Amino acid sequence: MIHFVLLISRQGKVRLTKWYSPYTQKERTKVIRELSGMILTRGPKLCNFVEWRGYKVVYKRYASLYFCMCIDQDDNELEVLEIIHHYVEILDRYFGSVCELDLIFNFHKAYYILDELVIAGELQESSKKTVARLIAAQDSLVEAAKEEASSISNIIAQATK
Amino acid sequence: MNPFSSGTRLRDMIRAIRACKTAAEERGVVRKECAAIRAAISENDQDYRHRNIAKLMFIHMLGYPTHFGQMECLKLIASPGFPEKRIGYLGLMLLLDERQEVLMLVTNSIKQDLNHTNQYIVGLALCALGNIGSAEMARDLAPEVERLLKFRDPNIRKKAALCSIRIIRKVPDLAENFINPAAALLSEKHHGVLITGVQLCIDLCKISTEALEYFRKKCTDGLVKILKDLTNSPYAPEYDVSGITDPFLHIRLLRLLCALGQDDANASDAMNDILAQVATKTESNKNAGNAILYECVATIMSVEDNGGLRVLAINILGRFLSNRDNNIRYVALNMLMKALAVDSQAVQRHRATILECVKDTDPSIRKRAVELVYLLVNESNVKPMTKELIEYLEASDPEFRGDLTAKICSIVEKFSPEKIWYIDQMLKVLPEAGNYVKDEVWHSLIVVITNASNLHGYAVRSLYRAVQAAGEQETLVRVAVWCIGEYGDMLVNNAGRLDIEEPLTVTESDAVDVVETSIKSHSFDLTTRAMCLIALLKLSSRFPSCSQRINDIIVQYKGSFVLELQQRAIEFNSVIERHQNIRPSLVERMPVLDEATYSGRKAGSLPAAGSTSQGVSVNLPNGVAKPSAAPLVDLLDLSSDDVPAPSSSGGDFLQDLLGVDLAPVSSQSGTNQAQKSGTDVLLDLLSIGTPPANSRPSTTQVSPSNVDIRSPLDLLDRLSSPSAPSVQVSPTAGSSPMLDLLNGFPSSPSIPVTEGNGPAYPSIVAFDSSSLKLTFNFSKQPGNPQTTLIEASFTNKSQEVLTNFIFQAAVPKFLQLHLDPASGNTLPANGNGSITQKLKITNSQHGKKSLVMRIRIAYKVNNKDVLEEGQVNNFPRDL
Repeated sequence: MIHFVLLISRQGKVRLTKWYSPYTQKERTKVIRELSGMILTRGPKLCNFVEWRGYKVVYKRYASLYFCMCIDQDDNELEVLEIIHHYVEILDRYFGSVCELDLIFNFHKAYYILDELVIAGELQESSKKTVARLIAAQDSLVEAAKEEASSISNIIAQATK
Repeated sequence: MNPFSSGTRLRDMIRAIRACKTAAEERGVVRKECAAIRAAISENDQDYRHRNIAKLMFIHMLGYPTHFGQMECLKLIASPGFPEKRIGYLGLMLLLDERQEVLMLVTNSIKQDLNHTNQYIVGLALCALGNIGSAEMARDLAPEVERLLKFRDPNIRKKAALCSIRIIRKVPDLAENFINPAAALLSEKHHGVLITGVQLCIDLCKISTEALEYFRKKCTDGLVKILKDLTNSPYAPEYDVSGITDPFLHIRLLRLLCALGQDDANASDAMNDILAQVATKTESNKNAGNAILYECVATIMSVEDNGGLRVLAINILGRFLSNRDNNIRYVALNMLMKALAVDSQAVQRHRATILECVKDTDPSIRKRAVELVYLLVNESNVKPMTKELIEYLEASDPEFRGDLTAKICSIVEKFSPEKIWYIDQMLKVLPEAGNYVKDEVWHSLIVVITNASNLHGYAVRSLYRAVQAAGEQETLVRVAVWCIGEYGDMLVNNAGRLDIEEPLTVTESDAVDVVETSIKSHSFDLTTRAMCLIALLKLSSRFPSCSQRINDIIVQYKGSFVLELQQRAIEFNSVIERHQNIRPSLVERMPVLDEATYSGRKAGSLPAAGSTSQGVSVNLPNGVAKPSAAPLVDLLDLSSDDVPAPSSSGGDFLQDLLGVDLAPVSSQSGTNQAQKSGTDVLLDLLSIGTPPANSRPSTTQVSPSNVDIRSPLDLLDRLSSPSAPSVQVSPTAGSSPMLDLLNGFPSSPSIPVTEGNGPAYPSIVAFDSSSLKLTFNFSKQPGNPQTTLIEASFTNKSQEVLTNFIFQAAVPKFLQLHLDPASGNTLPANGNGSITQKLKITNSQHGKKSLVMRIRIAYKVNNKDVLEEGQVNNFPRDL
């Protein structure tokens, strides 16, 4: 099971955190601090796994961002690397060659996509296409609601002119 | 418009925060934003609620408190529109966790949304429940989720399946409700549903044996077929990952098969073919393929034995281990650990490669490799393996040394074939990484050294050499100082030299130099320096020529600000200056420390490791005397409860080591002492045993020549002053025959410390009833260790006179008993006199068995016959 997902920039800034196991706010801050200290300092040639407090953290660096997932001792580390890559590919498709800035300004989108990919710390969907389709459908629901709202406010504005 | 009012857009706020140059500036921006959001919340502003929550999520990620926004999430979730719900659920999952009580308030909203007509809203609710649902929510909402497992849209079914996993993890009792729906999911075609369905089955199997049995019976063949179809499926672009169709589904299927095949021959049989196929056909040039192979190996290792498959799996691991990709090597090491239980022979074949991994540049791989090596070591390969590890220790990173050292020490201790090898290995580890060595490790080294009587000289000389080379390693210094104190004479006169040793010339003053340097080193802690003081005291007797110099060193510490050192210095100084005549016997060598006792204690004290002194027992060793009646004169043991114990010491064992040896050796002074090997020997050494005091100094009779022997005690007693500052005064100080060597009474020539004949033993109370007390005093005839002379002394505690007093004793066959006539047959009341009777016991099993005796005492009270019986088994052990 994935206990949490972290996106940390090379400077140690947190870009996304998702917790599937309960951690208090204090613990969360501590975990992030500890892990960024461990992971950001590792050399490029080393393996993508760090053992930490009886768990394993699988991380992978994409440009300036480190994608980290914390898993149990007996989980398949290589598969988690694939899950990370799967997520990155979906982000890439969604944003059109994603960069860190996309994830900063549209962090909620990154969360929505993650929620279509992982629930309860387990993988939900192996098809990138399906995830993209589901996100698009929900985005269009939001757009439709927005348009409706603005058209209503237009009508109101016109009526009160 | 103020850019930081609640009117700021999310994008603008993020820009403003990113534009901050300093942390203080950032805090300022965040504070303003939070204030605006709070204001909006209190005004119950609806238009910007979702924007405010989005901002709060960003602020939350930066690590600022955002609890005040939690209720806003709930309001958003309760609102009817999809956009509000979407951001509301996201905020809920981010800002709350399952332990917050606010979460309970949302249960009802989630329940409504689970029944919503819009499937995306149902999806949001399932997602939130799956990610942060608590046990209570799981119970309340389980029926809804169960129903959604049959929802028409597969995307809801897969979410419901993962939600079910959360529910059964939180409330395992609910597992049985999900067994049938989960099995139904396995017949789906949609990959998302299959993946989540298989995962649900895996979790059910972990929780419920009922589920495991059910799936084993009903689903094994189906799963094998799914896996077969998947492996043989043609190129499917939607699920393709570097040439493999849906590795995620592959892996989950293998994992479920692993659970089903474990301990079940039939199920294992059914999956043999497909496992072999996956193991042979999967491409191993990409990560996805390796991930499948890795899972496949794990499954093969867990299912019922099939020789062919195992060979296949071990070969895959061998390939992994020689791979240049660190990730692959890491997982190979991981898997070899599991394989060890199945086929240790096969793993041993890769020993050389694994040892190479210990030297890898990657700490994760090193750690795995060391763990694995630790499991690989056995009696036959311990020597080469340890050699490799120790060689590597010299080159390893500081942060890795702790782990490595602990493992090496543990291996050496566990598998050491002989003592000299053990000592040699420890002497390689200590100079390299002594500061990483735990207290137990050097304690046991000392125990081993004392037990290897033929290696005492070798050990002390090797330690001397090691300290010359690496005098900064504190634990090494401790062991060395201890050994020099004990065996300093062997260091100088090269006694017991082994053929393999190079000759070493050390003068007495060289040896003292080592201790002096150590005690003066500022980097060493109290324990080390206290040990140095004891070593000096011992050396002062071993090396008479250096005695003055040693005394000078000790005197410097009389003014130490550390109580422990000051006290030791004052006491030792007094011993050296005023008590030359008893000093040799005071500082005799420690008797052999009992290995079994030590390991027993170690095991016992392990959980409490790190805590200091758990109260050194101060009872008399043989356990007869009640504590209140034990005038234990704790002469030099400074570490009993009421003295600050050496700070960093481990268990109480250490304190025993620090204590001064008072063990007698034949034909030394007759101060009555305890000599026993075994459990309490160390405690005994630290104390001077005197018989239980009943304010009757006359019982302090030690040997046949008791007049001589008693006199020093009495004399000392008279000279003692209850107000002595640095002496531990026993509770009954005033009246007990306290032996106070340390109180500075004038060293008058009249102190008649005479040479006794033979070692002395503490007296015991052999029998104690309401009316009668029997004390045994022991002595030995020189040159005849088998025979013990016992002087039995009876005291009447009752108000009545006892007449016709007869004492009888019986012993087992290995003992011979001779009773001399008693000094009388009438015992006056109230302890106003005693009967004494001499016994002579010859122990044919001397050294193996200790004495034991049954006694019977007959007498008359007021003309009434009384018979008392008892067994005496608290004799000192090596009588």
